[in-house]
Amino acid sequence: MSSTTQDPHAEHGHDAHAHAKPGFVRRWLMSTNHKDIGTLYITMAFIGACTGGTLSEIMRQQLMYPHNDVITSGAAWNAIITAHGLIMIFWFVMPALIGGFGNWMVPMMIGAPDMAFPRLNNMSFWFLACGFIFVMLGLTLGTGTGAGWTLYPPLDNSQYSPGIATDFSLFSLHLAGISSLLGAINFIATILNMRAPGMTMHKMPLFCWAILVTAFLLLLAIPVLAGAVTMLIMDRNFGTSFFEPSGGGDPVLFQHLFWFFGHPEVYIMILPAFGIISHVVSTFSRKPIFGYLGMAYAMVVIGFVGFVVWAHHMFVSAISDNSRVYFEVATLVIAVPTGIKVFSWIATMWGGSIEFKTPMLWAIGFIFLFVIGGATGVVLANAGLDQELHNDYFLVAHFHYVLSMGATFGVFAGFYYWIGKMSGHQYPEFWGKVHFWSFFIGVNLTFFPQHFLGLAGMPRRYPDYADAFAGWNFVSSVGSIISGLSTFVFFYVLWRIFSSKEVLADNYWGEGATTLEWAVPSPAPHHTFEDVPVIR
Amino acid sequence: MNRRFFTTLRRGFFLRPSRAACLLPGVIVALLFSHAALAQAAGSNPLAPADAYVNAPHNWQMWLPVPGSPMEAKIDWLMRYVLWIMAAVVAFVGVLMGYVMVRFSARKNPVPSQVTHNTLIEVIWIVVPTILLAIVIIPSINLIYYEGNTANPYLTVTVTGHQWYWEYEYHGVPGLDYTSYMIPDDQINPAKGQIRRLSADHPLVLPVGEKIKFDITSGDVLHGFYLPSLGVQKYAIPGTIQTSWTLITKPGTYYGQCNQICGLGHDAMPIEIKAVPLKDYLAWVKTAQANDAQNMAPPADELADAATN
Repeated sequence: MSSTTQDPHAEHGHDAHAHAKPGFVRRWLMSTNHKDIGTLYITMAFIGACTGGTLSEIMRQQLMYPHNDVITSGAAWNAIITAHGLIMIFWFVMPALIGGFGNWMVPMMIGAPDMAFPRLNNMSFWFLACGFIFVMLGLTLGTGTGAGWTLYPPLDNSQYSPGIATDFSLFSLHLAGISSLLGAINFIATILNMRAPGMTMHKMPLFCWAILVTAFLLLLAIPVLAGAVTMLIMDRNFGTSFFEPSGGGDPVLFQHLFWFFGHPEVYIMILPAFGIISHVVSTFSRKPIFGYLGMAYAMVVIGFVGFVVWAHHMFVSAISDNSRVYFEVATLVIAVPTGIKVFSWIATMWGGSIEFKTPMLWAIGFIFLFVIGGATGVVLANAGLDQELHNDYFLVAHFHYVLSMGATFGVFAGFYYWIGKMSGHQYPEFWGKVHFWSFFIGVNLTFFPQHFLGLAGMPRRYPDYADAFAGWNFVSSVGSIISGLSTFVFFYVLWRIFSSKEVLADNYWGEGATTLEWAVPSPAPHHTFEDVPVIR
Repeated sequence: MNRRFFTTLRRGFFLRPSRAACLLPGVIVALLFSHAALAQAAGSNPLAPADAYVNAPHNWQMWLPVPGSPMEAKIDWLMRYVLWIMAAVVAFVGVLMGYVMVRFSARKNPVPSQVTHNTLIEVIWIVVPTILLAIVIIPSINLIYYEGNTANPYLTVTVTGHQWYWEYEYHGVPGLDYTSYMIPDDQINPAKGQIRRLSADHPLVLPVGEKIKFDITSGDVLHGFYLPSLGVQKYAIPGTIQTSWTLITKPGTYYGQCNQICGLGHDAMPIEIKAVPLKDYLAWVKTAQANDAQNMAPPADELADAATN
């Protein structure tokens, strides 16, 4: 792998082409390399997380005291909550887990030279980047988009949300959706066609399984979102009335379409994290994963059942009692494959020789906190109880336990696990642990008290609340300050990584790490494999 | 100790077992819940007149509101039932993980086993959760149909959500249709028992001990008709009428809030319910019908306040 500078004319020669060192514009704006595109996605996720995180800090500052004056306009408040939700989902969790780690690791793990459609891959990323500009316009133009991330009409129709901001937010979803859809097609084509000789589906690493299932979920769910968003845009701009009761339409139809996408979206965000956690747990227990096939097919079952439970988000909307019974039972069924995953992780650790390196701390934190989020999920799945808890802070606590702790812990586990492979430099172990513990304390302090607020009946999306909710809101805001400060520890970790001069071994985790990416140098070279790897 | 404490004891079947058996996570969870029961016992708004019962949230509250209706009592019961099962599951996983981390650390267990299959344990961790879910599902489904049974009400009230106030129309009482706005923060009078962000200018007045049906709809965007202490919640959807019901067991004041984002006044449209004995209710209906003021929307400046706060 020589990287000597080539005569510019030699670039056109076949041999030299592969070795040419592209310039900045060529490398980053026109990239077709899965690792560079993965890096771009991770950069996007970093920007998204900082933006969405800043918005959440602003919200928690406002909610620290009742009758606070950080945000004095209800419109600004609604714009912030809407942007926080959209950005965290579409511009942080998804690009980090799917676009970032998926692009970086899937081709290496299956022994492929690159993704199946490199230019499509580039296009996916830039659609997403443009979408981010649009969602920021939706936040900042006029009074902003204030319908919440679920974008329920009639609140965001042309009558109640006039102005261009809402259209920008809706188009940003189209762009993020197209990006995800193209990415999903790329992953499916890559994983099904480009596995190295001998790598059967049943030998494929679990992260690739997770990405494959995720890609199918995207492929089936995103078009439904695109349809719903298109109808909304037409209602707003072209006088249709898909969701307007006065024209024979129905706002509840949008809720069905949205959640037909929205519930699989939940698994789109968590399945890749499941995959990462499996690798981390196996590596640091120095044991192969327990019940590999059960783990893989549990994800397939979760993905499948995830498509037939959407109306549990609508238990207090217009659905019949019989529907409530069906959606409750179907939802509870998902607890079984999820249980298989949790117990298999613990069984992988059982009998192992566990090293508590930073990625393992994030993985163990993930498992425990995800179980808490899952437990409150079982509570909320009871339609009768949801009548009490729907849309209050118990729900907010629940989905932050599975996302802010679940998916985010998965992102950090993957980051600390693979950063040496991606950058060629190792993170500082001590500061990684400081980051973990400060974030762990911060997010738990933020979100655990929100269970109590919800039980006491505090509704979500309120900039001001009755004085009786002051106590736990204060605790929650203190927690958010701690997790905010913990982010600065992470910035310091980043600085240490990129200023490090240390040279890393190919497989710096040792015998526990068995997947193909550990067989190539750190950092992984621009072109991964000199020879096609053959799996026994 | 109040009524709630003894209710708790009677339902103690789900509260007490195995605290001692749980290790640390179990103990923490158990402490939180027992604290919840005690904190609950202390709860009422000290600013309220002593003679009136007020069912409002209180600071540091850790559990559901004191049930004001049989429906909320059933929700409370099922909540304890499900949450204790789930708390046991969380505690079990926590203890298991704690044990694994201590027993199988690299220091204690330098040579890892390579076991990757055990059919018996895999069957157990499919069958046991399935059984737990079945135990949850049975009472839960009963509650769904109980909540959905709006048959034979004594009184039906059409509740209409508007940006940003509620409108109450009493069926069978001609002309009794009035709006209810939040009392703005600067007009709150604690001496009258008014609570900031929860008190409304014209409360919804309902008779105690009678089944009341709500027909819930909206005049503009989605709203949420949410009464935590009565266990009622439905979206108010334009073009659709959703139904729910309640039966308030005790005279007093109950509160609710809008619980579906509805624009910039989303947090400024609370629901206040005055529950009174039937004869007082009937007397109130007569005066309310005669009293035009009940029908009037508040002056424009209050509207503006509601919009900006």
